[in-house]
Amino acid sequence: MGSLKPAGAHGHDDFGFLATRVDELVNWGRKNSLWPMPLGLSCCGIELMAMIGPKFDLARFGAEAARFSPRQCDLMIVAGTLTWKMAEAARTIYDQMPDPKWVIAMGVCSSSGGMYDSYSVVQGVDSILPVDVYVPGCPPRPDAVIDAIMKLQKKIEREKPIELLLQGTAVGEYDQGTKRFLRAPNHGIPTTRSGEMLAPGEWKDR
Amino acid sequence: MSTSQLFEYTPGTVDRDDPLHGELMELNMGPQHPATHGVLRIKVVLDGETMREVEPVVGYLHRGKEKTCESLGWRKFFPHTDRLDYVQPLLNNCAYAMALEKLAGLEVPERGQQIRVLLMEMSRIMAHLIYLGTTSIDLGAITMFFFTFKERERAYSLLDAYTGHRMNNTYVRIGGVYADVEDNVAAGIKEWVNAFPKAIDEFETMLTGNRIWFDRNRNIGILTKEQCKAWSLTGPNLRGSGEAYDLRKAMPYSGYEQYDFEIPVGTVGDCYDRYLVRIEEMRQSVRIIQQALAKLEKTKGGEFLADDRRYVLPPKETVHQSMEELIHQFKIVTDMALPKGHVYHAVESSKGELGFFVASDGTSHPVRCHIRAPGLMNVQAIPVLMKDRLFSDTVSIIGSLDFVMGEVDR
Amino acid sequence: MAHTAERIASALEGLAHELSTGKDGMCSVRVAASDVHECVLRLRDRAQFETNTFVTAIDHFPKEPRFEGLWQFMSVAHADRVRVSALLPGTEPKVASIVDLYPGAAYAERESFDMFGIVYVGHADLKRLLMPENYDHFPLRKDFPHHGIEPDRLYREWDRRRRERAAVSDHSEIADQ
Repeated sequence: MGSLKPAGAHGHDDFGFLATRVDELVNWGRKNSLWPMPLGLSCCGIELMAMIGPKFDLARFGAEAARFSPRQCDLMIVAGTLTWKMAEAARTIYDQMPDPKWVIAMGVCSSSGGMYDSYSVVQGVDSILPVDVYVPGCPPRPDAVIDAIMKLQKKIEREKPIELLLQGTAVGEYDQGTKRFLRAPNHGIPTTRSGEMLAPGEWKDR
Repeated sequence: MSTSQLFEYTPGTVDRDDPLHGELMELNMGPQHPATHGVLRIKVVLDGETMREVEPVVGYLHRGKEKTCESLGWRKFFPHTDRLDYVQPLLNNCAYAMALEKLAGLEVPERGQQIRVLLMEMSRIMAHLIYLGTTSIDLGAITMFFFTFKERERAYSLLDAYTGHRMNNTYVRIGGVYADVEDNVAAGIKEWVNAFPKAIDEFETMLTGNRIWFDRNRNIGILTKEQCKAWSLTGPNLRGSGEAYDLRKAMPYSGYEQYDFEIPVGTVGDCYDRYLVRIEEMRQSVRIIQQALAKLEKTKGGEFLADDRRYVLPPKETVHQSMEELIHQFKIVTDMALPKGHVYHAVESSKGELGFFVASDGTSHPVRCHIRAPGLMNVQAIPVLMKDRLFSDTVSIIGSLDFVMGEVDR
Repeated sequence: MAHTAERIASALEGLAHELSTGKDGMCSVRVAASDVHECVLRLRDRAQFETNTFVTAIDHFPKEPRFEGLWQFMSVAHADRVRVSALLPGTEPKVASIVDLYPGAAYAERESFDMFGIVYVGHADLKRLLMPENYDHFPLRKDFPHHGIEPDRLYREWDRRRRERAAVSDHSEIADQ
């Protein structure tokens, strides 16, 4: 069973200097070329477009290539209110994205249902998909979403793809106790992402 | 035009076993698509490149707003109105507030009306900029997206300075607006609006005489006046087809009869005419904003909120000091009741006639709040226009009909 | 609007109706549910109300008759409006569809059916508009709770089928998260 180890306990010297350097290289490549899949559902979609637009240029972060085909993206930005009717489509799109993939829940509607506590709104997109970064705001300013992408980049820096490849195991599961995803990979096939989950107190970039 | 010709579209009339048809392909332009302007799904049956059957499916953004209004009550519903047509939030706020004021029999003071007109016209310009930017990028004129969003950013900074938020401002209250337009804000808006016609000229240079834009929009999606009226289309779609009908002139509200502006009208009723109508509407909105700013100069220091303690919150300083005002504040926030009656009020939004039908039984919660969204009627016209056309015309037609799924689905 | 009321009254001559003016100055016509189609036809042909604004209803639960169907029209030529209302029963509410007169009422009637369960007889394609097609309830009825009844039921069924497909398939792209 996967277990949560504190961040430092993985031990960089387990797999050597070379593996760490390759880790860093892979993470550097990934974090600087996050191609968003904008799931622009409602008002946050307009701020998402503003973020890709001229003033808050997302291209500076290597994330300008917003492909609308999920097969070509790695970052899904759920921008807007997700309804149960749309949930099937959103989940299908998430499934169609190839690994490694990350999800940003932009705005309060996708983080927690927002101001809509009604019969048709999903109370938070994490009811159906695992989320990496939540951005509150209604809608959040584009700067806030860029901040979220930067936090996600810091999170990606902490991943250990090569180590896990060498370990040959899948790390992390669905925790029945807290009912949360722990970055579970597919069906026991080795994943190239880390399985760590840090509590906010342990974030290094604070 | 005979009655039967108005109703040209009947669903399900393709004979799929007819040997003369090529193989028919069902294609799903899914709820997630760059060119559907939100979560609209269109099921298309294609015969080569020609669309034989078109069926839009809406409801992917249905958030239950009408039910929410019934459970939240009159005042708390204001933020929800912003998010209806989310590219013009202040206009929706104003429409809802005006419906409630009709119900309450409340008169908005002159300065309040002028500020509302200013905000409504700014929202109209911003909504048309979205139309221009997204339709252009869908048709391939990618630079226009950046041009229009640059102008929107300028307007956003002004609204941020005035209302505190870039979009979804919720700045309108029953009886007026939340706070007065300060001098620096008015000066900023004046500067922006005086420089805006030059920006529109830039847009026109890029698109109006552009051969590709012309070929992709001329004679595509033609609607006659009678078709528009039969299919409940209003706004630029109706005016593009030649009917000079604008609620701001026909049934004026918020002091619009005092402003001097023209209604642009198209001739052919195709996508290109609707584009020209919207461009000209932006120019007319600039005129209205300039006039509103001049009027605001004259009424400086005037009341911008009605003085009716049943519906309007008293100023905070007095609430902290006077018992009566505290009671008023408490009553309004917890239990503001509107008198009995059924009222409908509509405004001319950037998409057409945006109306609120409010039914009250004298309590703090509505019996019914129905939102008449112009976008729903625009979506309804999609099969009419797309039948038997080439698939690539889809993008032109959807763009020129101009709807926002927030109000279509509510 | 005095001349609006006159125009409407003369158009509806012979048809049993009640005319009143509301707080918004709009003429409101109350007819029997069976007369709605005829009333609307006359308003369109004799009083030049060329366009339909909305079709909806109000739920007066628990009063009977429960639903008050509403139809509103606008005249572009005269720049005025009229609202038609008719009371409908709570069990199996049915009324004639006006789609043959105003094709633009198609979606509005579908939405009214979706939200209230009122059947518009004569509508070629009366299915749900905003809720998923196999949804069971009528959300805007007063006895339907604001939070809904099992809002995620249809999604969970779809999700179960998806996981079953994933379990038997070779494709690991259907993630188990």
